[in-house]
Amino acid sequence: MFEATELNRKNQKTERLWRLLFLMMTVLLILPVLIILGVLIYHGGPMITIDFLFTEPTNGMTAGGILPALVGTVWLVAVALLVSVPIGIAAALYLSEYAADNWLTRSINLAIINLAGVPSIVHALFGVGAFVLFFRFGTSILAASLTLAIMTLPVVIVATRESLQAVPHAFREACWNMGASRWQTIRHVVLPNSVSGILTGVILEVSRTAGETAPIMFTGAAFFLPFLPQSVFDQTMAMSLHLFVISTQVPGVPENLPFGVALVLISMVLAMNALSIAFRMVLRGRKKW
Amino acid sequence: MVRPENGAGPVKLAVKDLAIHYGPKSALAGVSLDVREHEIFGIIGPANSGKTSFLRALNRMDLHTTGMRVEGSIHLDGRDVRKWRNVYALRRQIGVVFPLPVGLPLSVYDNVALSPRLRGIKNKADLDVVVERCLTRAALWDEVKDRLDSLGSLLSGGQQQRLTIARALSQDPKLLLLDEFSIAVDPVTTMRIEDILRTLKDEITIILVTNLVQQARRLADRTAFFLSGEFVEVGETEDLFTGAVRDPRTRAYVEGRFG
Repeated sequence: MFEATELNRKNQKTERLWRLLFLMMTVLLILPVLIILGVLIYHGGPMITIDFLFTEPTNGMTAGGILPALVGTVWLVAVALLVSVPIGIAAALYLSEYAADNWLTRSINLAIINLAGVPSIVHALFGVGAFVLFFRFGTSILAASLTLAIMTLPVVIVATRESLQAVPHAFREACWNMGASRWQTIRHVVLPNSVSGILTGVILEVSRTAGETAPIMFTGAAFFLPFLPQSVFDQTMAMSLHLFVISTQVPGVPENLPFGVALVLISMVLAMNALSIAFRMVLRGRKKW
Repeated sequence: MVRPENGAGPVKLAVKDLAIHYGPKSALAGVSLDVREHEIFGIIGPANSGKTSFLRALNRMDLHTTGMRVEGSIHLDGRDVRKWRNVYALRRQIGVVFPLPVGLPLSVYDNVALSPRLRGIKNKADLDVVVERCLTRAALWDEVKDRLDSLGSLLSGGQQQRLTIARALSQDPKLLLLDEFSIAVDPVTTMRIEDILRTLKDEITIILVTNLVQQARRLADRTAFFLSGEFVEVGETEDLFTGAVRDPRTRAYVEGRFG
């Protein structure tokens, strides 16, 4: 009959310990998220009404709704994506499908990864220098969105590159051997099989863009504007900056108001993430190898 | 090293002083051989002999391989493959079958129709004809005709390998390169594919890389022996097995004494 040895028992004990440790770390990770959501819903939930979403702030931003900030954030994110997604995907396609695997490509890849780690305030100041002053866009949606685009480009590139690389190399070889050009290979085999990952990356990007404050603070987001932007050359309010302003800069704001704004912002982000997960599930269901 | 012989067809592929390097590392050197029209030309040798590199050089896959350098000359139908302005047109004349079947993540139909489509054939009726003809020639039509829309990668290994042969045939190639096609295929399917190859050679010149010595013996008219990146020799296949070869290493290899 099998008897557990001393070593077996010891292994089992260690196994349990490690498992418990990892479990605790996971709980520790989830806990803050749950607390944040709970507090926001508890304090901010009652604030959320149709009026709150669709009217302008009044009384020096101590009352009224958040419409200009909501619309402004949508503008900023949309314009930023229009710029960063095509450029990012094109750059990723070049790096993954065309560029030779040499030291230059490798250093560019490394630079892109590092670029993703540049603090957003540095991007903000770059945006002021480049878009607001040098290109004379002034403080406008255009300048702010371009700053956001520059900031999010590396992430778009890395996410796209990774989904492209996930397509087995053998597929490309088979296509090339058939006489397909690189573009035909990308168009017929690589893109159709990486689109789910690319979309997921892009949508996760949206959530990051929506929440950024520093890059838009000096480049296009306004403290208070009681009207909606009409073009990309207008300034605009934005959810993230609005939250910062009413939490720290304006006296006499009712206690629940910032919670309400934060709840709307986080809901936008979570809705986007949910969409991205849904996308991924639908497209992965169609995965073909 | 090519022995003149009776009844030899015209030269399809002429390789002279071919050497292949990956970076500083030599993969194959000193290859000079002629492949004649409508023959099955075998290449045998143990792993790492440079057999696959040789095939890659033929259809200019060195362009897609960082660090791969090809020296010497390769003439297909008398034209230097490196002087083809349009490398895609060159590759369309050369079908390739890999060791492990690569079913593209497309339906059975689309796998075979891809190459015609890339050439600009869009008419559904024309494509249907090509698909049926190629699948039939690859002895797969009867098994898949009712599920042309299902994924190629859902077929069995042997079926997938025949699918890749059908795909290679859909290019209407003049030259068919097979790189150890039977590695992932059961013996029965291997025999079926070998039968297919025997009939195909009336229309297509075939280069068969194999590490199964007996497969070369069964199929190849002439065979070359590569060893550790060195081109040892080329000759009538039977000569390699009956001892009428010059190099003792060939004899040792075909008799299974090493490799």
